[in-house]
Amino acid sequence: MATVFEKPSFLTDVPFHYCPGCTHGIAHRLVAEALDEIGAQGHCVGVAPVGCAVFAYNYFNCDMQEAAHGRAPAVATGIKLTNPDNIVFAYQGDGDLASIGMAEIVHAATRGVNITVIFINNAIYGMTGGQMAPTTLLGQKATTCPSGRSAEVNGYPIRMCEMLATLDGPSYIARCSLADVKSVKQAKKAVLKAFQNQKEGKGFSFVELLSTCPTNWHMSPVQALDYVKNQMTAQYPLGVFKEV
Amino acid sequence: MAERKLMKGNEAIAEAAIRGGCRFYAGYPITPQNEIPEYMSWRLPQVGGRFIQAESEISAINMVYGAAGAGARAMTSSSSPGISLKQEGISYICGAELPCVIINMVRSGPGLGGIQPAQSDYFQTVKGGGHGDYRMLVYSPCSVQECVDLLYDAYEKAERYRLPVMILGDGMLGQIMEAVTLPEMKDLSALPKKAWATDGTGFGDTRRVINSLYIVPDELEAMNHKLQRIYDEMCRNEVLCEDYLLDDAEIVITAYGTVARIAKSAVDILREQGIKAGLLRPITLYPFPKDDFAKVMNAANVKEVVAVELSMGQYVEDVRLAAEGKKPVKFYGRSGGNVMSPEDIVDFVLKEVK
Repeated sequence: MATVFEKPSFLTDVPFHYCPGCTHGIAHRLVAEALDEIGAQGHCVGVAPVGCAVFAYNYFNCDMQEAAHGRAPAVATGIKLTNPDNIVFAYQGDGDLASIGMAEIVHAATRGVNITVIFINNAIYGMTGGQMAPTTLLGQKATTCPSGRSAEVNGYPIRMCEMLATLDGPSYIARCSLADVKSVKQAKKAVLKAFQNQKEGKGFSFVELLSTCPTNWHMSPVQALDYVKNQMTAQYPLGVFKEV
Repeated sequence: MAERKLMKGNEAIAEAAIRGGCRFYAGYPITPQNEIPEYMSWRLPQVGGRFIQAESEISAINMVYGAAGAGARAMTSSSSPGISLKQEGISYICGAELPCVIINMVRSGPGLGGIQPAQSDYFQTVKGGGHGDYRMLVYSPCSVQECVDLLYDAYEKAERYRLPVMILGDGMLGQIMEAVTLPEMKDLSALPKKAWATDGTGFGDTRRVINSLYIVPDELEAMNHKLQRIYDEMCRNEVLCEDYLLDDAEIVITAYGTVARIAKSAVDILREQGIKAGLLRPITLYPFPKDDFAKVMNAANVKEVVAVELSMGQYVEDVRLAAEGKKPVKFYGRSGGNVMSPEDIVDFVLKEVK
């Protein structure tokens, strides 16, 4: 019988620990497919974050390093400079990348270091139990803003793509959504481009993926997808913000 | 070829690290160690290495984590407030068992403190600093030449035990100029491959994971026991200590690093005055030279021990632990960046020691 669909070789056989309805699984698959498509086997190192994707080192079928909270771009920089021919990627969530790791991501971007960063924005701290993230929407409830995020108390949500796109260093910056099939297909193209860029030596590439957290949003998986489509994309418009 | 040169401490350290195999350096400017990154920035590319000025101390140590994990002989350097910032990364490096070299050219604290020499990072260096149960191999050289000699083989030590080697210097050691003999450049092509390094070739069963997360308590406890066995082995093998005129000494002065050189001069002055003084100088602060101290504490001729340091009394705590109450231990320290003279130590001994 002909095989028409299979697991990418860049995913291990370890079952994901992610909650039902979480889009990390889709994002992992997109990364693994891209790594397969650019032929990264035998010369690839990934960096896992702190947060829900902390166990990503169990799922990606390549050499992996687990980074301290927010430090993945610095760790990836060290790995890349040691073996510049390797494909090196960091996979980070919003608390990791846009809060505690803000300095690391901005400077990796402005340095233009030739790595790929996948940024999962689900507007919440998932692993620690639903605290407010730097990307939590105004009015969105979290355990540290139980009445909803208020600009007066908590400030405003951060748009990472728009911010990084002001820098001269990056080669490619895009935001996609994982909320429906069409968006996932677009996301796949962006993720692939971000890895192809690295292979071609074009420099720092960054893809933000708007993602769900049904558990901490207290929504069903379907409601969560609708929330991404209707609420998150209003705050975080999809598109390519920089392409060099 | 070995060569003889007049060099500033910080520059000699950078050159010795490179000759010992350092090929990756990440750092951030802080006085009094700036000559190290400055030297590395032009010298490392000459030998095919990579220099990077990080955006922060935290980023620098995490770049070292990445590079060391990928198999490079990596190094960072800083001074006290910067080393405080690096503690997160140091703990992760120890948890993930990565070899690297870290230099701390200590300045006075707490807080922003001052930029003059101090030894007030002793606790931070040998008792932990970062979170969790970990140790490093800590050297405290007293001269530029000793810096060079210890650094030259530091990567072999770091790789043998898979942990950071820290050089605990001070502003004086970094800024002083002394004649040094530099050893020849090590041939790195002869080094064995690091089977655990994330060099990118891993796939399926061969993939490597550099990690310090152990979510199952029994696994983490087993990991901590494993680390402890490594530290125990290091303690058996790596203790370095110098003793000076101890055979008949009645008063034993003990000090480490540059202060030990001042103390040595004080011992000579005391001897000239007919006082039987001697010096015990740990070269490794961890492992602490317990056996050498036990010998002093059990010696019938020794009447009193004086711990001298540039802090308000940190090193003296380990000296008192080693004394086990067998000998009185007096403390003489200066702080704030003030450095005692040999005569200051002599005066203290004459006044305070019977």
